[in-house]
Amino acid sequence: MTQKLVIIGNGMAPGRMLEHLFEQAPGQYQVTIFNAEPRVNYDRIMLSPVLSGEKTYEQIVIHGDGWYIDHGITLYKGHRIVAIDRAAKTVTSDHGVTEGYDKLVIATGSVPFIIPVPGKDLPGVITYRDLDDVEAMLLAAQSREKAVVIGGGLLGLEAAAGLAQRGMDVTVLHVMPTLMERQLDPAAGYLLQKAVEERGIKVICKANTKQIIGNGKVEGIELDDGRIIPATLVVMAVGIRPSASLAKEAGLAVNRGIVVDAGMQTSDGDIYSIGECAEVGGMVYGLVAPLYEMARIAAAHLAGDTMPAFVHSDTPTKLKVTGIDLYSLGDFADGDDRQEIVLRDATAGIYKRLVLKDNRIIGTVLYGETSDGAWFNDLKKKATDISEMRETLIFGQAYQGGSPLDPMVAVAALPDDAEICGCNGVCKGKITSTISAKGLTSLDEVRAHTKASASCGTCTGLVEQLMSLTLGDAYNPKAVTPMCPCTEFGHDDVRRLIKAKGLKTIPAVMQELEWKTSCGCAKCRPALNYYLVCDWPDEYADDYQSRFINERVHANIQKDGTYSVVPRMWGGVTNAAELRAIADVVDKFEIPMVKVTGGQRIDLLGIEKEDLPAVWADLGKAGFVSGQAYAKGLRTVKTCVGSDWCRFGTQDSTGLGIRIEKFMWGSWTPAKLKLAVSGCPRNCAEATCKDIGVICVDSGFEIHFAGAAGLDIKGTEVLGLVKTEDEALEHIVALAQMYREQGRYLERIYKWAKRIGLDEIRRQIMTDAEKRQAYYERFVFSQKFAQVDPWSERVSGKDKHEFKPMATVGFNQAAE
Amino acid sequence: MNWHPIGDISDIPLLGARCVKTPMMKIAVFRTDEHEVHAIENRCPHKGGPLSEGIVHGTSVTCPLHNWVISLETGKALGADEGEVRVIQIRNDSGQLFVALESLVMVAAE
Ligand code: SRM
Ligand SMILES: Cc1cc2nc3c(=O)[nH]c(=O)nc-3n(C[C@H](O)[C@H](O)[C@H](O)COP(=O)(O)OP(=O)(O)OC[C@H]3O[C@@H](n4cnc5c(N)ncnc54)[C@H](O)[C@@H]3O)c2cc1C
Ligand code: SF4
Ligand code: FES
Repeated sequence: MTQKLVIIGNGMAPGRMLEHLFEQAPGQYQVTIFNAEPRVNYDRIMLSPVLSGEKTYEQIVIHGDGWYIDHGITLYKGHRIVAIDRAAKTVTSDHGVTEGYDKLVIATGSVPFIIPVPGKDLPGVITYRDLDDVEAMLLAAQSREKAVVIGGGLLGLEAAAGLAQRGMDVTVLHVMPTLMERQLDPAAGYLLQKAVEERGIKVICKANTKQIIGNGKVEGIELDDGRIIPATLVVMAVGIRPSASLAKEAGLAVNRGIVVDAGMQTSDGDIYSIGECAEVGGMVYGLVAPLYEMARIAAAHLAGDTMPAFVHSDTPTKLKVTGIDLYSLGDFADGDDRQEIVLRDATAGIYKRLVLKDNRIIGTVLYGETSDGAWFNDLKKKATDISEMRETLIFGQAYQGGSPLDPMVAVAALPDDAEICGCNGVCKGKITSTISAKGLTSLDEVRAHTKASASCGTCTGLVEQLMSLTLGDAYNPKAVTPMCPCTEFGHDDVRRLIKAKGLKTIPAVMQELEWKTSCGCAKCRPALNYYLVCDWPDEYADDYQSRFINERVHANIQKDGTYSVVPRMWGGVTNAAELRAIADVVDKFEIPMVKVTGGQRIDLLGIEKEDLPAVWADLGKAGFVSGQAYAKGLRTVKTCVGSDWCRFGTQDSTGLGIRIEKFMWGSWTPAKLKLAVSGCPRNCAEATCKDIGVICVDSGFEIHFAGAAGLDIKGTEVLGLVKTEDEALEHIVALAQMYREQGRYLERIYKWAKRIGLDEIRRQIMTDAEKRQAYYERFVFSQKFAQVDPWSERVSGKDKHEFKPMATVGFNQAAE
Repeated sequence: MNWHPIGDISDIPLLGARCVKTPMMKIAVFRTDEHEVHAIENRCPHKGGPLSEGIVHGTSVTCPLHNWVISLETGKALGADEGEVRVIQIRNDSGQLFVALESLVMVAAE
């Protein structure tokens, strides 16, 4: 006997379900479909190729009108169901059509999420879900004006790529620090951003939309930080919500989606639900593979076979933008019980990462080269023990021979025409034959003769392996101490490559220099952050999370978790008003200890973290800025009283000290940088054990450097004598900049000087006026971005989360 | 289990941490670069350093006082150091975070 089957929604899931059903139980049901969209079932996934012009709508239709006729289906196009009456077993559409059912399938899909900002309803603001949206975008694209896509996930990027291909000027705004962060780790996200930007699309990450502006229609977007981005079209692609309200109103169990059991049955035995609107096993899905699985199971149950049950499996994500290959699957979070295998090939823009647990693959991220995705997926699904092929696993299926290969063998196995050095187009055969023919034994010789690894240097490892292969034990590479276990490169190589390759973010450095971990460690991140701040003062956005706590909160952490605060007292000079303000702050905040420091400042110790902003606010009112007493940066300039008061003083040492401190405060340096100016060779300011010191003499200013009085004790070296205060300032600043550009992170100036050579430093700073001038100017440029008082910034609200607990819970429970 | 709301995942900076105050202890809630959330007691097993102030990398945090590295998942010190800090149960409901208060009360009762 035929039963009546009614389906709400005509998307991809019920389409597939009907195919199964007609095969398994032909003639069992008389089918009626209501679809709010006024069309047949089409391949929603392929909307992006329609947008970009690679396909037409006709090409993506799954079931044409004929199919419905053949199967005797009544399809109500453009009918939205507004009510389900479970007692009467009927549904009613917004056009007033009522149909009875024996079995009902709810397949209403999802609705795009719209961020609730002012202006969201302006004409010109659209979402990306169906053919109407694509048509609206195509219409807007004819203007070839500016579009903004909010959301850097799969949908947003596909929309952006399509609009760019149609000639629009597109900006993507993404609230997270990297694109597609749910599917990709930061390294792959960085490569993706690069590829998107190469298509002429601007990408702004960490962008919080404040409002959409426009008078009668969209004119632009305003971000939280005040930036305004003009646009005539705004596409919101920030996520989807299961469309479950109809079911909820009908009294069915609804959580995030419509709750169904493993047989796709809702809390009402005659009603099933499949697709994005259904929640099974606590999960909702947004990719078709699991939805097709739901369709298969619902069809079986409708056909009377109640055995099949839905089981969760991960679905790989791919992005359908021509020329961008990415693949992500499963769980790729770090963990102690997990190991990762990372392969990076910077020249080819390839990044591969496998996450392993108990010798089994649990997650995969592939970028640039994704052909092994299916194989990795298969290993993951079957939970294959990979310990046998661990060494070569990441090279992919093609590398898996009978016996395990080591990386050296993998290099040996490369054909002679395999390209080793991408920059100079040098292949393996050229390198090995030149080594033999010319009898080369060092890397430098190989670079000179073949040009391999002579440009960006990222293939150095490969070239060295080739040298070992060709020369055997005769090759003994010079040892470089790597920065940390995350990389083979030493600090100097990293600094050189950051400049040479124009790397401007931490993920960029990690990718291009083939970091072995996905997000570095507590050793390399602060170092990289400093190098980038130093090299790109105007472009690099300081990475807060890569700074040590002291530099994050601009105070010094104490053993009991409180903080100490040292206001800047220029040159060690203060006055009654400043002292009074300090005294008031001490009283008001009950600061337990006030101490005069070895650096001629006053230290307020034992301040609670939550009080810091208020303490700074009060100190700020008296004119104090942070003394940076915690920083790898300019610390104090100590002075003595000098010619103004002292009977031996030869120059105004106090004045010069203050001038230097006001010029250089706020600058970041590889390690802390302490200065002093003494008014005569009696040296009361102890200038001859400082990083940079000045001894004033009758004929001018003797500049010293490379002293130490901490872990090591070392008197300074003389840099040279200059005549005027102006010259003294210029030489000191140039020297500091040279150190900033060359020093390794945490390397004090005396260690750097020993490495570089005192004479070389004297030559560049004292003799080579052009060099000195250039260093000086680069320092001045970077100060434009550095001389911001971190205390006043935080008093006005920056990083305010840092100073407040996230929540306070449980206090009343405890009282019980 | 008595789940107490503590806020939204977006309140915690990526690769950072925030504190939750309870009568028995301070809890440090971390967010990794993969948007996973972990909660542990905010006291380093070495000398009580505030772990929420450390640098977060992978699923570990480096203590700001003397650089011990603590696993956010197990609370154990990694590498050569030995020690352990209490792991607090946390639930992430589409970004809404909850901590289990029962386990806190138990701590106090112990
Ligand atoms: C406050 C002060 C001691 C005092 O009460 O006088 C001080 C306090 C600290 N010093 Fe110092 N140093 C202080 C002057 C010095 C001096 C003398 C000077 O600056 O004239 C030196 C020797 C000169 C030098 O730097 O070479 C000095 C050499 C060190 C060192 C060894 C550095 C080295 O490379 O050899 C460290 C350890 C480090 O930086 O890694 C250090 C580290 C520290 C730290 C920041 C330890 C830390 O990381 O927590 C101390 C913070 C104490 C706290 O809890 O607040 N402190 N420290 C002095 C602050 C000076 C200022 O006004 O800014
Ligand atoms: C641009 C784009 C690209 C995508 N790319 C991919 C991809 O690469 N890979 C992948 O796996 N997935 C992709 N997806 C997701 C995939 O398309 C969806 O998961 C899938 O189409 C969902 O199918 P569904 O049947 O659950 O719902 P839908 O296809 O959304 O169908 C639901 C239908 O129900 C109708 N409806 C809603 N409420 C009612 C009502 N009350 N009465 C009547 N009708 C109603 C709607 O109008 C709609 O037509 C993409 C999606 C989009 C928008
Ligand atoms: S000498 Fe410096 S680092 Fe050592 S205890 Fe004193 S203040 Fe601290
Ligand atoms: S207190 Fe944490 S390392 Fe010492």
